[in-house]
Amino acid sequence: MSAGFDWLFFFEISLAGLGSGGLLALTGLAFVIIYKATRVVNLAIGEMLMVSAYLFFALAASMALPIWAAILGTVIASGAIGALVERTMIRPMLGESPISTFMVTVGLSSILVGIVELVWTADPRRLPEFMPGDPVLLGEAMVAPKVFYGFLVTALLIGAVLLVFRFWRGGVALRATASDQAAAYSMGINVPRVFSLAWTAAAMIAAVAGIVVGAIGGISSTMGVFGLSVLVVVIVGGLDSVVGALVGGLMVGLVEAWAGAYLGGEFKMIATFALLIVVLLVRPYGLFGTHEIERL
Amino acid sequence: MTTIAPVLEIDQLTLAFGGVKALNGVSLQVMPGSITSVIGPNGAGKTSLFNTISGFYRPASGTIRYRGENITQRPAPQRAKLGLARSFQNIALFRGMTVLDNIKLGRHAHLKTNVLQALFYWGPAQREEAALRADIEERIIDFLEIDHIRHASVAALSYGLQKRVEVARALAMQPQVLMLDEPVAGMNREETEDMARFILDLRDEWGITVLMVEHDMGMVMDLSDHVVVLNFGEVIASGTPREVQSNPEVVRAYLGSGEVAQRTVVEAAST
Repeated sequence: MSAGFDWLFFFEISLAGLGSGGLLALTGLAFVIIYKATRVVNLAIGEMLMVSAYLFFALAASMALPIWAAILGTVIASGAIGALVERTMIRPMLGESPISTFMVTVGLSSILVGIVELVWTADPRRLPEFMPGDPVLLGEAMVAPKVFYGFLVTALLIGAVLLVFRFWRGGVALRATASDQAAAYSMGINVPRVFSLAWTAAAMIAAVAGIVVGAIGGISSTMGVFGLSVLVVVIVGGLDSVVGALVGGLMVGLVEAWAGAYLGGEFKMIATFALLIVVLLVRPYGLFGTHEIERL
Repeated sequence: MTTIAPVLEIDQLTLAFGGVKALNGVSLQVMPGSITSVIGPNGAGKTSLFNTISGFYRPASGTIRYRGENITQRPAPQRAKLGLARSFQNIALFRGMTVLDNIKLGRHAHLKTNVLQALFYWGPAQREEAALRADIEERIIDFLEIDHIRHASVAALSYGLQKRVEVARALAMQPQVLMLDEPVAGMNREETEDMARFILDLRDEWGITVLMVEHDMGMVMDLSDHVVVLNFGEVIASGTPREVQSNPEVVRAYLGSGEVAQRTVVEAAST
């Protein structure tokens, strides 16, 4: 704590970190919903997010729909894709080993990248501007407007999702299914529909994350690597913990931002994975995860 | 007497896993208000039969009729809604939740509120229904004597209590037929006697038909109105406990042949 420490700079960096951390948390939430309901480790979450960003690009830029219609259309189409993926690729894997299903999602991510590159080529693109452009001031600290509004959207959506799953019967069904599938099934809970619902909801959540990530940094067929950070988030937080995804997302976001600012951009990933290793050493099942989770 | 129709009627049920026939032409009837037990050596197909009746397995052939309706093709959740509840051989409770939450989930099948109602609207009809449900839950908790652990996490409970909570959860579904898969397995004598008393009360006070799989012969013979014996996926005998006990084929299947086995059965029959 030297006298020359720039607190304002630190504060601004931290806010930016929280901004990207919110997006990680949101995507982590999508991952956790799928894992909780179906016990599938979905490596394709980053690519699902990417496909949604391109769908938004197609609707908002190519078809020039109003922004609200493009967002709505993207979320609905992404949900449909999620349901389709569950029905055609994941459901048939029921009863197979977790590794096999995991590999299916690896394949899925390649397919999604392939489709996007076929349709839109591999060139990076920019999404149309739709957020207010004036810098936001929090006290003395300045926050990039896209990061600020992105975080706002993210926080609202996370809140809504938590409320829905807390109070809606489907949320109860999800928790019961996550806890014991056979018991839930015998209790009148339609387990296949819970699976389908989980994938649909996760794809929709990932779609919103994809739109915000794309709006901040542009879109490209390689933006699915965002999913790698998300994987760190959910492993840090615990694969089956919603709270874990939220806390883990913010933690990874902050660590990446601090490492990028004080150590240099190339240290971002190193810091993230160092955090991962430390957490795995201390709590192998994640900060908030339950003990009896899959070993991959 | 003969005009009473069976509540559950299983006809020529066959279930195969690859080349292995877990059930081979199994037929049995469960009369309303009875306690019917399915017994048989390990691997005889008792749990397979249960899983087929509750809809976890699809039979290769045969029919399952519940209150006269053919439910063979119905998925498990629908059967639960019709009033066919079950417990599991290896306890299947929602482990992260409390006893009360587990019981509340038992009524899941009967709730019809959608997301908007749950979030924004809580009308008088729902309130009334909720009160009714709460009343039933209280009765169940009272009946099974689990009041003192209602807020305990199920994972922390003893095995015997967990089994009891499982029965409570099944009861919350307000079943007409309750299927119990080894309700007293692994229990000590006192817990077994408690459970036996509960099962009798279920029939006599709650009017619930009980179909159970159990290895505890003393309990099966004491409680059952009707006993069905399975061996290698086939029904080898059925009838009252006394009839089944004196059936030589049952003795052979269960205890092997030989003098010691014969004497054991005779002793069991006389207790």
